[in-house]
Amino acid sequence: MSLFSNTTVLLGKELRTEFRSRELLTTTAVFILVVLIMFSFAISPTAEESRAFGPGLLWLAILFAASLMLQPCFLREQTNDTLSSLRLAVSDPFAIFLAKLAANTFFLLLTELLMLPLFAVFYNIPVWPQLHYLLLVLFLGSLGVSTAGTALSAISAQARMRELLLPLLLLPILTPVLVVSAIVTVKLLDRDPAIEWKGIGFLAVFDIVFLTALWLFGEYLLEE
Amino acid sequence: MDGTAPKSSLAPLLLPATGLRFENIDKRYGRLFALRGVTLEISAGECVALAGRNGSGKTTLLRIASRLVRPSAGTLSFPDAAASSAVRPGYVGHTTMVYDELTAEENLALFAHLQHVEQPAARAESLLREVGLYDRRGSLVRTFSRGMRQRIAIARALLHRPSILLLDEPATGLDPLGFAWLVRSLRDLSASGCTIVMSLHGESEISSIATRAVRLDAGKVVEDSKSGASLHSILTFEAA
Amino acid sequence: MANRIILGIVAVLLVIAAAFASFYIAPVERTMGALQKIFYFHAASAWAGMDAFFLCFIANLLYVWKRNQKFDWVAVSATEVGLAFTTVVLITGPIWAKPAWGIWWTWDARLTSTFVLWLLYVSYLLLRSLIEEPDRRALLSSIFGIFAFLDVPLVYGSIRWWRTQHPQPVIMGGPGSGLEPTMAKVFFFSVLAMHVLMIFLIRERYILEQTSSEVELLQREAEAL
Repeated sequence: MSLFSNTTVLLGKELRTEFRSRELLTTTAVFILVVLIMFSFAISPTAEESRAFGPGLLWLAILFAASLMLQPCFLREQTNDTLSSLRLAVSDPFAIFLAKLAANTFFLLLTELLMLPLFAVFYNIPVWPQLHYLLLVLFLGSLGVSTAGTALSAISAQARMRELLLPLLLLPILTPVLVVSAIVTVKLLDRDPAIEWKGIGFLAVFDIVFLTALWLFGEYLLEE
Repeated sequence: MDGTAPKSSLAPLLLPATGLRFENIDKRYGRLFALRGVTLEISAGECVALAGRNGSGKTTLLRIASRLVRPSAGTLSFPDAAASSAVRPGYVGHTTMVYDELTAEENLALFAHLQHVEQPAARAESLLREVGLYDRRGSLVRTFSRGMRQRIAIARALLHRPSILLLDEPATGLDPLGFAWLVRSLRDLSASGCTIVMSLHGESEISSIATRAVRLDAGKVVEDSKSGASLHSILTFEAA
Repeated sequence: MANRIILGIVAVLLVIAAAFASFYIAPVERTMGALQKIFYFHAASAWAGMDAFFLCFIANLLYVWKRNQKFDWVAVSATEVGLAFTTVVLITGPIWAKPAWGIWWTWDARLTSTFVLWLLYVSYLLLRSLIEEPDRRALLSSIFGIFAFLDVPLVYGSIRWWRTQHPQPVIMGGPGSGLEPTMAKVFFFSVLAMHVLMIFLIRERYILEQTSSEVELLQREAEAL
């Protein structure tokens, strides 16, 4: 199907471009790390507090990092008007969004996985035992962040003050993701771990709602 | 192919020649009318030079023809085509419209794959040879000179063998060699039956390929060589 | 013009009547006393605000579909009025909370969700202010508005199910607290009054937006001469 093939080709381009320079990955990873460290300076949590607050802070750091990482998403297509050549080449403009949000989800997950061991060390929270469920939450949460973020990045790229605008648009929209991901993660990393399936389901619903909204309205974001 | 000189691989048209028709096209941006009541019929195989001051609406008209821009009113159609929606003109804009961080080869392969061109890698390669960039195929486009950038821009536009080619001030910034190459290529394309619409400033070797000239002013068609005015006067109005 | 004034007068009279009703007709609540009466304005404003945002959502959808400027005027008018009512909710909440609980703010489900709602629509207006070209502004803000409204149930759901784990003081009684019949009547009257006020305000704001667009049109035509 044309949408699938266009998406894979574009995804390949996004990945190739990023892995060539690794700019986004390194800056995002370092940013998450810095935020996590700054949090612990500001709060100086005890061991118990770490367990209770740590996951929430991790997700906050991910959200802040994402709102920076998503800036170039559509901005970089403005330099040589490549957005126009993409629009001319693909049959379904949704492929452009799908490829970008898949790439963004992947980059976010990659940086989260890089940061996870450091998070475990600094906050004294063992993550290994529940890794499989942790990956599930990270995936669903990151997918939600990327989906909303890719859409809003296309919007903010066409407005003034875009660097400040994207976080302002994105963070309120992502409140549900923050709330639920944080709590599911807290419960997962508790001394007595439990997997909150209701939360997982909720995150999946969030992802589906925004993916559908992007599918329905995305092409209008690219219109001239 | 027969025994005569091989046709330029830029040009063999698989699709029949197609014309364009603009009917009462308006394009409004907030309080500004970029185009107002533009009605223009371009026949299959014509080579039209679009003249006009900066801001007269040439770029907007070309972008509407390429379907990148939706008109605020009026319709664009392709009368010779079986289905207007299936027509995909080739478009060369003010920028390269390719990725600086990818190589020439990667860029063309990308766009060839996206457009489901037959044998995309081979097509990309043959186009690179044709535009004279084959030996720089592995270089990042970021390193290209102005002339090379224009060549890759045109190569990208021709990947899917369009029957209509739209060019927005294609000669800007080209050195004499690049310019000569552009003239040759456009002549070949026009000879193969490709419909060409290009915006130009002044008279030059490129405009001599044109069989018709149209002048825009403040978003309206004010002169058309089809209705009597001479190509020369339309193209040189600025110097007058 | 006449019907605009009439609507305005009716709206104001209804609000005054609702205020009168809440102070003199509604019985004084057992535990909280007279302070509880702020509830009538607080909750009625919340409903009016939410309905205004719903109107914005419909206007957004219609704009994307029809591309008629009028829908954009409705959207921005409804949002501004919705924000005004939501601000009232956010202010009356603490006004009630401080004497009742001794704290200004409580992260109870409804107040927190209302705050996020407020942030979403402030962002909507902010986005609009940063796009100059009117058609672009209308289209992009409509899509953001659609996303924001789709987010609203998700915001409420997530906060209600996961953010109210610890016993929190709940603004003006939790879901368990019922309304005695007279109170219920006064409440629904307040809701009616707030909605009439909402319609009046949206209409006035719409006319303002329409006028300013017409001025722009005249300016444009003058420039073309």
